[in-house]
Amino acid sequence: MLSIRNLHASVDGVEILRGIDLDIKPGEVHAIMGPNGSGKSTLSKVIAGHPAYEITDGEIRFEGSPINELEPDERARLGLFLAFQYPVEIPGVTNAMMLRQAYNGIRRDQGLDELDPLEFEDYLAEKLAIVEMDSSLIDRNVNEGFSGGEKKRNEILQMAVLNPKFALLDETDSGLDIDALKIVSHGINQIRGNDKGILLVTHYQRILNYITPDFVHVLVKGRIVKSGGKELALQLEAEGYDAILEAVDA
Amino acid sequence: MSQTEALDTFVSQPYKYGFVTEIEYEEFPRGLNEDVIRMISERKGEPAFMLEFRLKAYRHWLTMTEPVWHNVQYPAMDFQDIVYYSAPKKKPTLNSLDEVDPLILETYEKLGIPLSEQKMLANVAVDAVFDSVSVATTFREKLYEAGVIFCSISEAIKEHPELVKAYLGSVVPAADNFYAALNSAVFTDGSFCYIPKGVKCPMELSTYFRINNSESGQFERTLIVAEEGASVSYLEGCTAPQFSRNQLHAAVVELVALDHAEIKYSTVQNWYSGDEKGVGGIYNFVTKRGLCKGAHSKISWTQVETGSAITWKYPSVILKGDHSVGEFYSVAVTNNRMQADTGTKMIHLGKHTRSTIISKGISAGESHNSYRGLVKIAKGAEYARNYSVCDSMLIGDRCSANTFPYIESANSTARIEHEATTSKIGEDQIFYLQSRGIDEENAVSLIINGFVKEVFKELPLEFAVEATKLLSIKLEGSVG
Repeated sequence: MLSIRNLHASVDGVEILRGIDLDIKPGEVHAIMGPNGSGKSTLSKVIAGHPAYEITDGEIRFEGSPINELEPDERARLGLFLAFQYPVEIPGVTNAMMLRQAYNGIRRDQGLDELDPLEFEDYLAEKLAIVEMDSSLIDRNVNEGFSGGEKKRNEILQMAVLNPKFALLDETDSGLDIDALKIVSHGINQIRGNDKGILLVTHYQRILNYITPDFVHVLVKGRIVKSGGKELALQLEAEGYDAILEAVDA
Repeated sequence: MSQTEALDTFVSQPYKYGFVTEIEYEEFPRGLNEDVIRMISERKGEPAFMLEFRLKAYRHWLTMTEPVWHNVQYPAMDFQDIVYYSAPKKKPTLNSLDEVDPLILETYEKLGIPLSEQKMLANVAVDAVFDSVSVATTFREKLYEAGVIFCSISEAIKEHPELVKAYLGSVVPAADNFYAALNSAVFTDGSFCYIPKGVKCPMELSTYFRINNSESGQFERTLIVAEEGASVSYLEGCTAPQFSRNQLHAAVVELVALDHAEIKYSTVQNWYSGDEKGVGGIYNFVTKRGLCKGAHSKISWTQVETGSAITWKYPSVILKGDHSVGEFYSVAVTNNRMQADTGTKMIHLGKHTRSTIISKGISAGESHNSYRGLVKIAKGAEYARNYSVCDSMLIGDRCSANTFPYIESANSTARIEHEATTSKIGEDQIFYLQSRGIDEENAVSLIINGFVKEVFKELPLEFAVEATKLLSIKLEGSVG
């Protein structure tokens, strides 16, 4: 469903991604691991269409069609979702307001009726349960004054509400204590299904104890240097990135 | 389209109130001298004390020089090149709308302010000021039954001279500043509201100012008095046609609140702001001040400033009565070459006085937007409190925002809190919303509406909707 060929991307003229190939089929969970600065987060932002990054070569296809030239919102309405590593605060805009506008936009595209605020409230209540979130967070401004854990849970809540076909989870585990990590992972597992694809970007193996990946890829200096099953993550955990870095340099 | 280009289109919507109404005028020759002032006073049939007031102001004005301390730039103004009195020729009888020139009624209708009986805004009384004169005031009888006087200031001078004499110039003295002195000498119309003791005004009062003549300046004068325990909510709206010539609008607004009285004054200012190159537009140099004269009185200014080539105003409150409350909520939007230097003064004289300042500036294009505010705590103002927040948002990278907060405290029991932020409308915020499927145009409008929400919620309900629409017109456009 997501297919990436020879992807090169730069920011401010500096090349970060240097030829990435990746195929993700419906129902698969892929983990991208790698040391700091390897381009993991860049990869998820480029797929989502962040305007600061320029694709200099290669192609990203979603469900068969190229999406390189699409605006981020167009990609989102096709069914892509990015859970941010650092969720952004939007003062004066409530979670409920943003989500209803976003969700109704997607429904419009699908030819469905929009939900009015009351209908949407009911729909939202179901989704809140998935991430064990307090309903009061819904009427608070987007991420404003949220704790680190609340922000990450809020990302997963948004994913549950928008019900994407494909989710990019950018270091969703970073900054979470073990309880929050369990809740977030549990939420992701509930949303995960036979038809959904997930690309999980992480520095640590820890989250993979809760969300079992089908494939693990190691990203170093903008290239995938090694791919394998979930045992690769355990190997990385045991040996560290150094072993792989040495092998790449050699 | 790059993000900057997209934002540019976004903030560059044409001005839709720029049309001119073709009517015949009775106007005085350009220029200002004592004869012109005598003519104005005579034409308006004013009592002698008013002519005295005007001449005294004029003589003082001659000794004054234009202030230059503001953070705005404009070519020197020729005060002899302005028409100081301009009225539609068919002078309306104010008792009946039938007498008003249909072209003028049509103008207000086009502006969304219908004055005819059938179409009047529900529960809002409107005084319509066209160039130099008030052309109509709606709901007068209903208000009169409640004891509320709401009429043009010209009528008030003739019909309620004792009230006008007692309060005119009592908050903004004629010699207060250059433009206030000029206004005191030549003001031609404006609104007068008087809310007697214990009366809650049964409806919103509103004045709609329209400058139509390309040569005239508008010098309006508004006076609102709320007696003990009275309360009123008042709204002022402004538009002008598109002319390549700069026009001066130098108004004075005075508010007086006695014991336990409450005045809420809201402005939605949308004067023509000039074109994208900065040609034309209104110079909006206004003195607005409220006096919380009585104990436990409250004056609240809410302003949404979206127009004018230059906006220069500081709606202020003098907190004289003990336990009195002053509030200032402001959204100032500048675009293209617009300049704004606006803010407030909260002068704490009484004990336990409180003031709140919430200012939100949005700059786009190549505009300059400054907040300038003074919080002054006098020696006797025991336990005074102030809370100020000044936030600025920049759209694009060619505009600027400044904050000049001045604090003077002469009493150690005072508590003053000041917060200020400046942020660029975040590429990250827009991307975040876009990644949720919201397109760029809606994302920007969501962010901006969120930014101004704290102020917009202070507007009377009838006008909050209008202001939201106005903001989206000012800052909306086709993207992509």
